[in-house]
Amino acid sequence: MMGTLHAGAVPLADVDQGEASIAAAARTARRRRAGWVWLGRIILPVVVIGGWQLSTEHGVVDKFFFGQPTDVWTALVDLFTQGTAFGSIWFNLWVTIQEAIIGFALGAATGIVFGLLLGQNRLLSDVCSPYIKALNSVPRIILGSIFVVAFGLGTLPKVLLAAVLVFFIVFFNAFQGVREVDQNLLANVRVLGASSLQVARHVTIPSALTWIIASLHTAFGFAIIGALVGEVLGSQAGIGLIITQAQGHFDPDTVFACMILMAAVTLVAEYLLALLEKRVLAWRPPSRSEAQAM
Amino acid sequence: MVGKKRRPAAPVPGSSAGTDAARIEITGLTKRYITPAGEPFTAIRDVTFTVERGEFCAIVGPTGCGKSTTLAQVAGLERPSSGSVTVGGQPVHGVTTGVSFMFQADALFPWKSVLGNVMIGPTLNGTPKREAVALARDWLRRVGLAGFEDRYPHQLSGGMRKRVAMAAALINEPKILLMDEPFGALDVQTKAIMQTELLGLWEQLRPSVLFITHDLDEAVALSDRVLIMTSSPGSIKENFEIDLPRPRGEVQEIRHEKRFLELQGQIWASLKDEVERAYARTVSAA
Ligand SMILES: Nc1ncnc2c1ncn2[C@@H]1O[C@H](COP(=O)(O)OP(=O)(O)O)[C@@H](O)[C@H]1O
Ligand SMILES: [Mg+2]
Repeated sequence: MMGTLHAGAVPLADVDQGEASIAAAARTARRRRAGWVWLGRIILPVVVIGGWQLSTEHGVVDKFFFGQPTDVWTALVDLFTQGTAFGSIWFNLWVTIQEAIIGFALGAATGIVFGLLLGQNRLLSDVCSPYIKALNSVPRIILGSIFVVAFGLGTLPKVLLAAVLVFFIVFFNAFQGVREVDQNLLANVRVLGASSLQVARHVTIPSALTWIIASLHTAFGFAIIGALVGEVLGSQAGIGLIITQAQGHFDPDTVFACMILMAAVTLVAEYLLALLEKRVLAWRPPSRSEAQAM
Repeated sequence: MVGKKRRPAAPVPGSSAGTDAARIEITGLTKRYITPAGEPFTAIRDVTFTVERGEFCAIVGPTGCGKSTTLAQVAGLERPSSGSVTVGGQPVHGVTTGVSFMFQADALFPWKSVLGNVMIGPTLNGTPKREAVALARDWLRRVGLAGFEDRYPHQLSGGMRKRVAMAAALINEPKILLMDEPFGALDVQTKAIMQTELLGLWEQLRPSVLFITHDLDEAVALSDRVLIMTSSPGSIKENFEIDLPRPRGEVQEIRHEKRFLELQGQIWASLKDEVERAYARTVSAA
C-alpha cells in the first residue's frame, strides 16, 4: 500500500512538468499560427492591389476603364481637399448617412413591430404570409424609381427605399425569433398567471431580440445600399450623386474612392452595432467559434 | 432543510375554501389530437382520478402513453376533447392559476440572472420589486444557491439549474405543483439529492403534487400514491397506496427498506405488461 502510494507520488511531479511543457508547446504553436495569419493578411492585399497597379501600369488592363490604385488614392484625397461639384465631401457624406440612418431606423422599427405581431398571432400571419412572400420576391430596388417619381429628388425617396430593404430582413428575423420561443418557458409563465403583455415583455421579446440584433448587422448594409441607389436614381446631393457624375465623366477612380468611403462608414456602423449586441446580449454563453477566436 | 421558513405553510390557512382549492378532480378525461396526416389520434382515454389536498401523487406509464398530455389538461394549457378537470371545485377554463410547473427541460430564462429567474413568479403577480428580490434571495438560500444570484443559467451545472427551477416553482407557494419528469435528465447522484430536497420543501409547503416519472423508484420513494397508466391510449390502470412513513428523509436510504422493495415489486409487475405492449407497438410500427 505504502509502496503504491509512494510510487504514485513520483510520477506526479513528472505529470506537472509534462503539463507545463504541453502548455508551453501549445502557446508557441498558437503564436506561430497567429504569425502566419497576419503574414497572410498582409500579403493578400499587397498581391491584389499590387497586381492591379502593375497590370494597369503595363497596359494589360486599361486603367481608363478599371482605374488604378494610386489614382484611386489621389481621387480620394481630392474628394477631401478639393470638394465635389455638389459641395464638400463631408456634406455629401452626411446626406447619404442621414438617409441611411433614418431609413434604417424606420425599417427596423416597423420590421420589429410587424414581426412580433405576426409571430404571435397565427391567424394574422396565416392571412398575411402569402402576400408578404409575394412582396418579398419583388425586386425592391425597382421601388426606388417609383419613389423618385412620386416624391422627387429630396431625402424622402432614399429613406423609403432604405427602409423597405431593411424592413424585410428585420421582419423575417423578428418573426422567426418569436416562433422559436421555448414552449416550456411559455407554458411556465402562463401557468404562473402572466398576462399577454407580460408574456411579450418577459418571454417573446427578449427571445426574439437575439434574432433581431443579429439581423441588424446585415440590415445596415442594406440601408446604405438603399440610400446610394436612391441617389443614383435621382438626387441633388449625396455620395450616390457623386458616383453617377463620376460615371458620366469616365472616372472610375472617384467611383472606387466613394466605394471605399462607404465601406468605412459601414464598418464603423458594424462596430457600433457589435457594441450594442454585446450590451444587450451579455447573458449569452460565448459561442464555440467566439470562444475559440483569439 | 437549513433555510428558515418565512411563513408557516403546513396547516393550510382558511377553512373549507383553502381545503378545496388544492384538490384536483379528473373525470372521464379524453384528449384526441389531429395528427399531421389529418387523422384523429387518441392520446388519453377516460382518465379518472383525484388528487387530494396536500397529496403527493405520482403517475407512471410507458413513454407516449399520455402522461404529459394529462398534465397539460390539468394546467389548462390545452382543452380536453371530453371529460372534465376541476381544481378546487372549479372546472378548468383557460390556464389554471395558483399552479406551478416543472419540466424535464429546465424552463429557465437564459437572458435572466438566477435572481431574475426566481423572481419571475412574484413579479408576474405584481409583488413590488424590493419585496420580490428579498423573497427570491430567501428562496435561493433555501435551495442552497446563496451567492449565485448574479449568474446566468448557462453558467450553472444541471443540478444547480434544477434548484433554480425548483425555487422559481415554489416561490409563489402554489397550491398545486405539476411536475413532468423534472429530474429525468439528471445523473443518479444529483437526482437523489434533488429528490430529497424536493421532499423537504414539499413537507414545509404541502402543495398537492402531480408528479410524472418513468422511474419507479422515484415514484415510490416520493409519493403517497402511484397511478399506473396503460400504454397508448392511456388510461388509469391501477392505484397503489404508498404507506411508507413520513417524513421519509434521505431518498437513498428508503430504497433498501423491505416495504419499499415490496411495493416496488408489485408496481413493476403491473407496469411491465404495459411497457412491453408499448415497446412491441413501436417495434412493429418501425
Ligand atoms: N400536439 C400533439 N399533436 C399530436 N399528437 C400529440 C400531441 N401531443 C402529444 N401527442 C401524442 O400523444 C401521445 C402521448 O404523448 P405524451 O403525453 O407526450 O406522452 P408521455 O406519456 O410520454 O408524456 C404520443 O403518442 C404523442 O405522439
Ligand atoms: Mg412526456
